[in-house]
Amino acid sequence: MIAALVQGVLVGGTYALVACGLSLAFGVMRLVNIAHGDLAVCGAYLALVVATGLGVPVLAAVPLILPLAFGVGVVLQLVLFERALRGGVLAPVLVTFGLSVLIQNLLVTGASANPRSLDGGAFALAGFEAGGVAVSWLRVAGFAVAVVVLGSLHLVLARTGFGRRVRATADDLEAARLAGVRVRPVFAGVAGISVATAALAGVFQGLMSTFDPYAGGLILIFAFEAVVIGGLGSLWGTLGGGIVLGVTQQLVALWDVRFAVLAVHVLFFVVLVVRPVRP
Amino acid sequence: MRYIAGFIVILLAGVPYMLGPAVEQPLVTLFSLVAMASWWNLLAGFTGLTSFGQQAYLGVGAYGLYVLALAGIDPFVAIPLAAVLAGVVALPVSFPVLRLSGGHFAVATWVLAEIFRLSVTLSPAIGGNTGVSLPGISGYLPLLRQAVVYWWALAIAAGSVLAVWLLARGRYGLAARAVGDDPVTAASSGIRVARIRRWAYCLAAAGTGAVGALLFTHTLYVQPGSIFGVQYSVLMMFMVLIGGLGTIEGPVAGALIFFALQQTLAAHGPWYLVLLGAVAVAVTLFAPRGLWGHLGRPLFPIAHLQER
Repeated sequence: MIAALVQGVLVGGTYALVACGLSLAFGVMRLVNIAHGDLAVCGAYLALVVATGLGVPVLAAVPLILPLAFGVGVVLQLVLFERALRGGVLAPVLVTFGLSVLIQNLLVTGASANPRSLDGGAFALAGFEAGGVAVSWLRVAGFAVAVVVLGSLHLVLARTGFGRRVRATADDLEAARLAGVRVRPVFAGVAGISVATAALAGVFQGLMSTFDPYAGGLILIFAFEAVVIGGLGSLWGTLGGGIVLGVTQQLVALWDVRFAVLAVHVLFFVVLVVRPVRP
Repeated sequence: MRYIAGFIVILLAGVPYMLGPAVEQPLVTLFSLVAMASWWNLLAGFTGLTSFGQQAYLGVGAYGLYVLALAGIDPFVAIPLAAVLAGVVALPVSFPVLRLSGGHFAVATWVLAEIFRLSVTLSPAIGGNTGVSLPGISGYLPLLRQAVVYWWALAIAAGSVLAVWLLARGRYGLAARAVGDDPVTAASSGIRVARIRRWAYCLAAAGTGAVGALLFTHTLYVQPGSIFGVQYSVLMMFMVLIGGLGTIEGPVAGALIFFALQQTLAAHGPWYLVLLGAVAVAVTLFAPRGLWGHLGRPLFPIAHLQER
């Protein structure tokens, strides 16, 4: 029971790590990126390629992947999302869904549909015991990274000039423009951060379990559920939402593992019914 | 032009007498695509609701048909009942999902389809993960069965196009398009936005449910992993986008194009889906009115003045 709670909280951190980019992109650009989960999966594949290509441990590949993912995010924003966001309400949804189909099948052609996993070496298998609960270092690291990322995002948004421009744009695009904020770099930066955090989360997912080209759908759904349960537009709420998801999943799995994912989806719907409507 | 469309339908109804099962089989697939696309278009093209979870109602239609056929009702008689069932199931579900809009609505409907899929997978009474075959169909000779499936497919496709057209050109369609364009303005003009959306959602569910039941009579076997698969939403979106969002002819044209692509390119596996995704992105960005919207003239007009 306590073990399940601890595991749930730790797993929840990873969900929050995927979700924060989704939440940020929606909060600032009003973009629901359906391909967000697929971009996370891309991160995992990229780690696989870099780590085996250079013969370095997976975690050593991360510093290389993050700037690359940031760049991908910037390019996606400038080439696709910017246009899509100008095209009305439907266009962003349709474009990112098309992008999702595109990414999934490119991954299938490039890497086959076989499930893969990332080899974290000795670190991934090591763990410790506290109060009769076995905890893996990898999970702890995943949770710690999630908290650090959310914390630094919070600091960046609250304390820096870039963060101030992001908040201004999120509050009122036109007013921010009038006040002299150059919106394009702000959006590009946010998209970059969003994709980079997704890729990082993808690496951790790959270390903890297997992934395949179609894994992005479920990752997106979980991230989205974390965002909705935690409350739209709040970073710490997203962490809370992720933890609620993780704990629910682990507790139900104690009873019957087949119902774990179903329980999470049902919880999401319950939250959807009871939460207050925002116009 | 409408008379020509009617004539084509009558001509198509004669196919089982003249050409037989070899032609019927692919046409059933085409007709089911037309119907699916038309109902998806009612949601996305007119009411502005992009659902990635219409496969939920394909599944409800198919499994509804299974339960009805198990109860001793002739499967072909049960198809409309399964469609009604899908519409009824959609009503309570519409309340939570319609609290969201845009991309959030899309993902929530997808989650719903996942809930349905997992529930069926975990219910041994309706076959669980392995799926079920259609009971009560063995009384039909194969030749007759295929012909009846074909006529149902034709009726559902023609009926769907006609129903969406009648809805779209009337008072309801005007309100729905207003909601799709700008819900706030629509509400302030006295349109009951929630009611318009709910009707669109439930009607689309019923229509999609009929297609689900039809697919079951066509393949005689249904499995939760395939009928509840999100690839159906990919198809619906692709067809409607290519053909033209918010037109009556668009989904039909889109279904024809997709059908042709499927027949010629499906052997190339994932590359063909890569192409589908890329075309969907390109069309949304560069030709948002789709093929029909840019090239064709409305054969089934839904407004006095088309925006140009």
